[in-house]
Amino acid sequence: MLNDKLKLNTKVFNSDVEQVPIRQGFGEGLLQAGVADERIVALCADLTESTKMNLFAEKFPNRFIQVGVAEQNLAAVASGMAAMGKVPFISSYAMFSPGRNWEQIRTTIAYNDRPVKIAGSHAGVSVGPDGGTHQAVEDIAITRVIPNIVVISPCDALEAKRATIACSKTKEPTYLRLAREKTPIITTNETPFEIGKAQIVFIPEKGLAEIGIIATGALVHRALMVARDLEKDGIKVKVMNLSTIKPLDGEAVVALAKETKCIVTVEEHQIAGGMGGAIAECLAEYYPTPIEFIGVKNKFGQSGTPEELIEHYGMGVESIKKAVEKVMKRKM
Amino acid sequence: MENLTDKKIEELEVTANNIRTSIIEMLLKAKSGHTAGPLGMTDIFTLLYFHALRHDKDRLDWKERDRLVLSNGHIAPVLYATMAHAGYMPIKELLTLRKFGSRLQGHPHREYMPWLETSSGPLGCGLSQAVGMALADRIDYGNNTDKTIYALLSDGEHDEGNTWEAVLLAGKEKLRNLIAIVDRNNIQIDGYTENIMPLGDMAAKYREFGWHAQEIDGHNFRDINDAIQKAKAVYDKPSVIIARTIPGRGVKEFERDYRWHGKAPNQEEADMALKELRTLGGKIKSEHE
Repeated sequence: MLNDKLKLNTKVFNSDVEQVPIRQGFGEGLLQAGVADERIVALCADLTESTKMNLFAEKFPNRFIQVGVAEQNLAAVASGMAAMGKVPFISSYAMFSPGRNWEQIRTTIAYNDRPVKIAGSHAGVSVGPDGGTHQAVEDIAITRVIPNIVVISPCDALEAKRATIACSKTKEPTYLRLAREKTPIITTNETPFEIGKAQIVFIPEKGLAEIGIIATGALVHRALMVARDLEKDGIKVKVMNLSTIKPLDGEAVVALAKETKCIVTVEEHQIAGGMGGAIAECLAEYYPTPIEFIGVKNKFGQSGTPEELIEHYGMGVESIKKAVEKVMKRKM
Repeated sequence: MENLTDKKIEELEVTANNIRTSIIEMLLKAKSGHTAGPLGMTDIFTLLYFHALRHDKDRLDWKERDRLVLSNGHIAPVLYATMAHAGYMPIKELLTLRKFGSRLQGHPHREYMPWLETSSGPLGCGLSQAVGMALADRIDYGNNTDKTIYALLSDGEHDEGNTWEAVLLAGKEKLRNLIAIVDRNNIQIDGYTENIMPLGDMAAKYREFGWHAQEIDGHNFRDINDAIQKAKAVYDKPSVIIARTIPGRGVKEFERDYRWHGKAPNQEEADMALKELRTLGGKIKSEHE
């Protein structure tokens, strides 16, 4: 059952659940943050509407900088603005920022410890028809490895809005991972959000869980669908929405592993270096636990519908169920 | 910023010579680092920190200070030596360059030196940061700002696409509060710039991108100062000063030889260089002899 305490969307399992692109939440959050704090500025590399930065740009034209198709400049100019006391948000597709401009992010933003907020839209294979060149499935790995940076991957548009507003108030360089496609709304405006805090969104009706699923981003919805089916089959399951991947809420992860003794991680990203990798690093050190990883297995993406691609790369409901079955047999 | 008197120029010459001496001493001790670029840029750093730049070592958070971004961080020895001579840190600390635990990292890191505007070393992204500073300053003060954002670049880092992304943006935004000074010394690690990757007429390229461009002798204090004053008087464009410099300037044996780009002198070479510097190339009798 859904965890009541989090005041989640009760319609989440309905086929007519409201669906909104996660990037839309970013756009709305940035606008709201910009109204509240005039230090906030926005910079974009020729994808203003696509990344939903247009909401801010239209309201605050004097605080918006169009840098053209130049992601390296995007990151380094933002660093300079932050040096003067601004809180810059930069946006492009994740493949190009933090993809192409990784070194500028590392040196001018993270090494300098400047509060630049990097919004990478169109992350994951669910970008769809654009194909593999535009499907960032390496971005969590390349950002979480950089010191000083916070990495957040919201599960829906409302959480993206809350995450955007929350990170506008922090001093840390931050990567916000956003998806293009319409994504079911899981949370509500009453759902709490705190950077660095994992949330258990699905719990057994009573007793302890026997399997823990840790999911991030748009796939949290699929993890919930799996949990509901498992519940019907009499399997007690907990689902964690791990929206902050770094710093990792190690306490919550270890507590879940201690309870369930087995874990499945679910993310729309390469298995190597991703969120599952972060969980494995944590559990290997503090509470060794069998883990099965759902994610892209050392492949590039391709054209297709988001649904087709999620299934093809083994991240759909059936794949998650198989991983659950497998990992429960591996319990020590 | 007043005009330069003859007396002031004499003072600057002595200061520059002291800075060059420090550069040789610190590189000798460090046993690695870059020699040619720091010596070549010493006159420009001296003119900036001892005349043109609005700065105050006792007020690091002074909002109205000018900003200086060193993009080619590998010439850190001249930045450190100039700032030490300007009172930002003890001169004897210069001898810790590149050592474990030192604030004087091989390439500048602002976490260890809060008086730096940025960390640098990876080429091609310093001008972008200066552009960001100029944009932020314009948001706060409009075109009435009296602050200047200086970006110091190497010619070699114009091989980097990122540099030209910044050149384009500054031209588009007409950033009048931005002055870029390019160290046109014609060398980079692998050889002479025009052999490695021809840069051609840099001033013409900048002009084409919407900048005001000047070419000067980077060792003539009056030239440097006049160029900065002219740049500040340009109202509707960013300004670039292409400063022709001699790599290794001040030590005849090092001058114009690209092999001194990325290495430090040994004891014998340093002794020779220090002797030449302490006698101002034979103009004065060394007090050490």
